[in-house]
Amino acid sequence: MMASRTVQHNWNLDLCTYFLNSSLQLLWTHREDFQRIPELAINPLGDRIINAFFSEGEDQVNFRGFMRTLAHFRPIEDNEKSKDQNGPEPLNSRSNKLHFAFRLYDLDKDDKISRDELLQVLRMMVGVNISDEQLGSIADRTIQEADQDGDCAISFAEFVKVLEKVDVEQKMSIRFLH
Amino acid sequence: MEELGSLAVWLGAAWLSLVFALIVLPSALGVSLGISEAYMWVLVKTLEWATIRIEKGVKKPQPQMLKIPAANGIIERDETPMEKEIAGLHRMEFRFSDIFYFCRKGFEAIVEDEVTQRFSSEELVSWNLLTRTNVNFHYVSLRLTVVWVIGVMVRYCFLLPLRFTLAAIGITSMIVGTTVVGQLPNGSLKNYLSEVVHLTCSRILVRALSGTIHYHNKENKPQKGGICVANHTSPIDAIILTNDGCYAMVGQVHGGLMGVIQRATVKACPHVWFERSEIKDRHLVTKRLREHVADKNKLPILIFPEGTCINNTSVMMFKKGSFEIGGTIYPVAIKYDPQFGDAFWNSSKYNIVSYLLRIMTSWAIVCHVWYMPPMVRKEGEDAVQFANRVRSAIARQGGLTELPWDGGLKRAKVKDSFKEEQQKNYSKMLVRNGSQGNLPAGTESD
Repeated sequence: MMASRTVQHNWNLDLCTYFLNSSLQLLWTHREDFQRIPELAINPLGDRIINAFFSEGEDQVNFRGFMRTLAHFRPIEDNEKSKDQNGPEPLNSRSNKLHFAFRLYDLDKDDKISRDELLQVLRMMVGVNISDEQLGSIADRTIQEADQDGDCAISFAEFVKVLEKVDVEQKMSIRFLH
Repeated sequence: MEELGSLAVWLGAAWLSLVFALIVLPSALGVSLGISEAYMWVLVKTLEWATIRIEKGVKKPQPQMLKIPAANGIIERDETPMEKEIAGLHRMEFRFSDIFYFCRKGFEAIVEDEVTQRFSSEELVSWNLLTRTNVNFHYVSLRLTVVWVIGVMVRYCFLLPLRFTLAAIGITSMIVGTTVVGQLPNGSLKNYLSEVVHLTCSRILVRALSGTIHYHNKENKPQKGGICVANHTSPIDAIILTNDGCYAMVGQVHGGLMGVIQRATVKACPHVWFERSEIKDRHLVTKRLREHVADKNKLPILIFPEGTCINNTSVMMFKKGSFEIGGTIYPVAIKYDPQFGDAFWNSSKYNIVSYLLRIMTSWAIVCHVWYMPPMVRKEGEDAVQFANRVRSAIARQGGLTELPWDGGLKRAKVKDSFKEEQQKNYSKMLVRNGSQGNLPAGTESD
């Protein structure tokens, strides 16, 4: 437990050191600061990503909170998989990465992805290029395929089941070059 | 008291005559006495020594300090385009995992923003004994600190007044010289004298910055009737280039000292200065430049198509306006060596006066200028493609990265059309002609 925390701490420390040493010493605290990044501003899901940094009702994020969100993208180290399972799960575990993605869909944070929420996120990703009916049928099909307990919404367990063959580690990790 | 007064006058006179004899006169004649070479040699040796001392002095801290990132970034970037990453095997439906692509791209942008880092100064690999670059380095040894203090004294007490004097002489002689030459009737004598005046004053101003410029491929120097295009890092780019040749400048009319210089120089040489209202009218601008270029006797125009100062690690989008004029384009790549002094003007952080002060208290301005073979617009190539072609050539020659982003992002927000483009691309993967693909229901796989 202590070892895995130290490894995670070191990764965060590398990031910390980088940010403190780099010329990008702005400590982004508000949403507008994020929106000033051009590559993020043109990302269709930019707003959802920015939202992930801010807690409920909060308008600013401090460095620690920033690092905690970023820590989800740490690659899963091989030697960690064999560490003891008694400690708290590291933020970058497969399960936590999936939970992070789940929260991007779950707009009202009720631990379920409803049809409406899925529609809204889809609308963000496709813009004006697909009609409401088509989008609706895409959403319906997706929920129908994934929904197992018949409540017309996707819970986290169903979400995990749908993505069980996806290489989450590779798609949701950022590797630093040393 | 009188003796002090006369002593001061005598010292001042001696100082000025030394400056004239050793610097101004050689500039006028275009020769070099080798003083700046000797200075640079001493400087290089000192900085090398300092680097070695720093490397010896730094003990291994725990955990190990992250090295300053190399030019190609600090994170591994996956450049697979959206189509390949999401679409995969010919499927035409939405998947929950699609979000991963956008998510990762977003976080990569947050960790390392390729664009806005170009609007601030480049980081140095090792300290160059200037206080302003002392971001990461801490106290190492007494000797180093002593050298640093000597450096501060040399820079502020000796170099700064010298450079200021030279700059004053340079600007004054530019104004006076061009006004005098401007009185002459138009003709070859006037052109010749105008060139002499411009060249001399540029050389004085370059010495005022302790500039060491290495020109490469002089056979490709811009010819009359052409357009010279270069990457933009600072206002002194123009002086760097006019040190080696005469150009017709293009720009907006300013007030103050700059306006005086502009009004004086345009009498001697046909520079193209636009009023603020005229700049808005793109057709008027293009027309005037076209007329200038069509006259083969007129000096080549100097244009910086990026439109704003970038920090000399990359070349940003070239505005297409300069490439619609026609004529031959002579690309020039300018690369500054940041070890001796940072030439980049961060206009949101420093105004022009503090910028010039920083430049004059740096060690030196060292840069390389590459003249490149002329380029013309090909058949069927539009202005944007031509601009990109020229930009690639300049980036390759100068060892800079190429970015398709607009330098105007320094101040303005990015256009929504980029986001709409991404949305369109993604939509194409979901739906084609209104139909959707069919795949077995259940779990997703890669």
